[in-house]
Amino acid sequence: MMQAKRAGHILSLENIRKVFGGVVAVDGLTVSVEKGSVTSVIGPNGAGKTTVFNLITGFLPPSAGRITYSGRVLNRLKPHHIASLGIARTFQGVRLFPQMSVLENVMVGRHLRSKTGIFSSSCLPPVLRQEENRIRQEAIDWLDFVGLKEYAEAVAGNLPFGNQRMLEIARALAIEPHLILLDEPAAGLNSRETIVMGELIEKIRQEQITVILVEHDMELVMDISDRVLVINFGRLIGDGTPETVQDDPDVIAAYLGE
Amino acid sequence: MQGRDTAGLIALILAVVAIPLVIRNDYYLGVLIFTAFNCLTCIGLCLLMGYAGQISLGHGAFVAIGAYASGILTTTLGWSPWAAMGAGIIIVSVVAAIVGVPTLRLKGHYLAMATLGFASIIHILAVATVDLTGGPSGLLNIPRISIFGHQLNSDMQYFYFSWAVVAIGLYVAFNLINSRVGRGLRALHGSEEAAASLGVNITAHKIQVFILSAVYAAISGSMYAYYVNYIDPGPFGVMHSVLLVTMVAVGGMHNIWGAFTGAVLLSLLPEFLSSATDYLQLMGIAYQPDYDILVYGAILLLIMLFLPEGVFDGLGKAVRAGRRMIRR
Amino acid sequence: MSHSGLTDIIQFMVMGVQRGAIYAMVAMGFNIIYNATGIINFAQGEFVVLGGLAMVTLTMALNLSLPVAFILTVVAVTVVGILMERLTINPVGQPTVLRLIIITIAVSILLKGAAMCIWGKGSHYMHHFTDAAPIEFLGAIILPQTLWIIGILLCVVIGLVVFFNYTMIGKCIRACAINRDAARLAGINDRKMVMLSFALSAGIGAIAGIIITPIIQMDYARGALLGLKGFGAAVLGGLGNSMGAVVAGLLLGILEAFGAGYISSHYMDAMALLILLVVLFIKPSGIFGSSEAMRLKEF
Repeated sequence: MMQAKRAGHILSLENIRKVFGGVVAVDGLTVSVEKGSVTSVIGPNGAGKTTVFNLITGFLPPSAGRITYSGRVLNRLKPHHIASLGIARTFQGVRLFPQMSVLENVMVGRHLRSKTGIFSSSCLPPVLRQEENRIRQEAIDWLDFVGLKEYAEAVAGNLPFGNQRMLEIARALAIEPHLILLDEPAAGLNSRETIVMGELIEKIRQEQITVILVEHDMELVMDISDRVLVINFGRLIGDGTPETVQDDPDVIAAYLGE
Repeated sequence: MQGRDTAGLIALILAVVAIPLVIRNDYYLGVLIFTAFNCLTCIGLCLLMGYAGQISLGHGAFVAIGAYASGILTTTLGWSPWAAMGAGIIIVSVVAAIVGVPTLRLKGHYLAMATLGFASIIHILAVATVDLTGGPSGLLNIPRISIFGHQLNSDMQYFYFSWAVVAIGLYVAFNLINSRVGRGLRALHGSEEAAASLGVNITAHKIQVFILSAVYAAISGSMYAYYVNYIDPGPFGVMHSVLLVTMVAVGGMHNIWGAFTGAVLLSLLPEFLSSATDYLQLMGIAYQPDYDILVYGAILLLIMLFLPEGVFDGLGKAVRAGRRMIRR
Repeated sequence: MSHSGLTDIIQFMVMGVQRGAIYAMVAMGFNIIYNATGIINFAQGEFVVLGGLAMVTLTMALNLSLPVAFILTVVAVTVVGILMERLTINPVGQPTVLRLIIITIAVSILLKGAAMCIWGKGSHYMHHFTDAAPIEFLGAIILPQTLWIIGILLCVVIGLVVFFNYTMIGKCIRACAINRDAARLAGINDRKMVMLSFALSAGIGAIAGIIITPIIQMDYARGALLGLKGFGAAVLGGLGNSMGAVVAGLLLGILEAFGAGYISSHYMDAMALLILLVVLFIKPSGIFGSSEAMRLKEF
């Protein structure tokens, strides 16, 4: 498990620890993720999975340890800075900009890939700006990628829940990340939508984007993952291919509860 | 700019062109010129309140700095009005950065208190630095502004000039909110976390908008100085800042047209109240201009309690509801 | 008038403590409401004005005895605080902070306007609590009213400490401040606690107004500046930290008095505000707070 950094690693956590007040949420986690892989993080509720995502994306500072991404230490960086390095994420329970249109949501995702500043944007109406038209076209392409093109002008908050999930992913993909963190992408989806989600994740992998997801739907996890990490009480208790993890007695014990 | 906003702007320009054909009384034109100044400041303040989610109780001070920069530079240093206005804009930008950068980094509404304190300091300085500002007796003989060598001498000319600037202010604001930066700001409203996760630098955007909104106030102050040709600290107290916030909140802070409406309504309100004085007297109420403050407070409170999105949004809803009724 | 340096220093200290006591009490008022609700109450200064002006009317016009007038004034302003909460804060269901702030601004405009209509624009004189002769101490002159102010500040501080630490209601308010959901689960009516915090805060504001009026001669327009300086003290002491507020209030008053004495009295008010700005810029968590905790505290 204690692998040395190999050339193929995009993200490494070394001895990460996070303490809230007196509660240890993440307890000395060490793990590396291979470029281009799909890694699932599973574990019982409250095991610290979302906390790990928040640590990687800069929403929480780690209490100890080091997070490296493509050779850069992320520890003290702000979320928007980490996003600019190519790490995108979605949130548990979906966080859209509900008042804005579906298209505009994805256009916000193009923020980092455009540069019009406050002064130049004030002078010309957006329709006359080349960059604005480019942003619009690219956003439409990403909507197409997740299959929401026809909803472009709808108000984001009015979409059905499954589509909101897809939109959130399209928006995250629009920043053209190298690594995307999906927090429970299938939660609340029906079985047909879950299959579509699995296909989408596969499609994301084909774009050479590394995927890490937290997920409770075991069928989906076993189906799409190259590797499964099992976390309980902030510690790594299982790590391997879906098959090996499934048969690991520690993992079974954690899930069945002792 | 979106279609509806463009239509609104064109309608406004037509109205502005038509008004002096109907109103030929200089007093009423004067009132409408002051209304234009307030509109300009409120458009800027709306960008800050409605889009960056922050409140400034110091915009009256930015108006004051714009006015005093214009007054001092033109009278004591003999600068041209346009150059003085430009200098005022630069000074205000720097001051706004000094006030805004530290406070906007903090969570919560420290900006409100910091700007309130700042506004008080500016007012105190305007009164106390007699050598520079003329103290309580103010600055006299501020020149009129010229366009292409033509000095704006009549109220009608100044009316067109000031409303043209308001139209430009609206145009800039609409461009901004529908651009990349504006989208970033609107995204903050939906979810600060999600916006940050997409690489939107929240603090930087808030600071930029704060400075831009202060520049609106500076231009408004500068135009005020060139119109009345005389400034003293009187109109630039803290109450003026509070009044500006009231205008934006009453009209509706999440919509530029809302802030615009609020500024127009509340700028004209004292006129309505004073013309209503006689009627109120007939009803046995001895109304005095001093009571204006109570009316403002009451309007602000009632709007915030019952129509938190403001009058403009409320009217829109009423119209839509009315249409639905008719269709049935 | 030639004073020795020491005399000046003592004189400025006395003046500073006298002003600072008021800032401390205003700051405590801010903190009580802030802790219970997360709101900065922009009408805090108006409570002080109302307290002072009501006391003027009761003692000077109606000739009531001091203790009776004192109690009546505090009760009346407390009722204003309760009404404010019941009529403007409580009815708002899911408010944004921005909306709540604007509501308190609206209330402050209304209270200020009402004070102007009732008491006019002039400033109002009121007798000192006791008309004993000024005390001379190493050449400095100490008014008996100053001693009253210090004494009453001490009583208020001790009263609050006892209230928050040893009474059930006080403990409930603190519990709500720490974790509202948990407090609600424990059966505490958090809405009622918010009302109580407004009542308490208004009451303290009234006391501050009552004791300072004999010295500064109250007028309707003083609320904004008093509130602002009180907020400065609250920030300096760490927003939400009541003991910090007392120390910071006194410190602010003393700094202001020395600044006025040694630099210029023209800029006295600007001085305290400048301190507020500098603290906000450099150490917004206050002199006793940790900066980490501050940045995380949402309101």
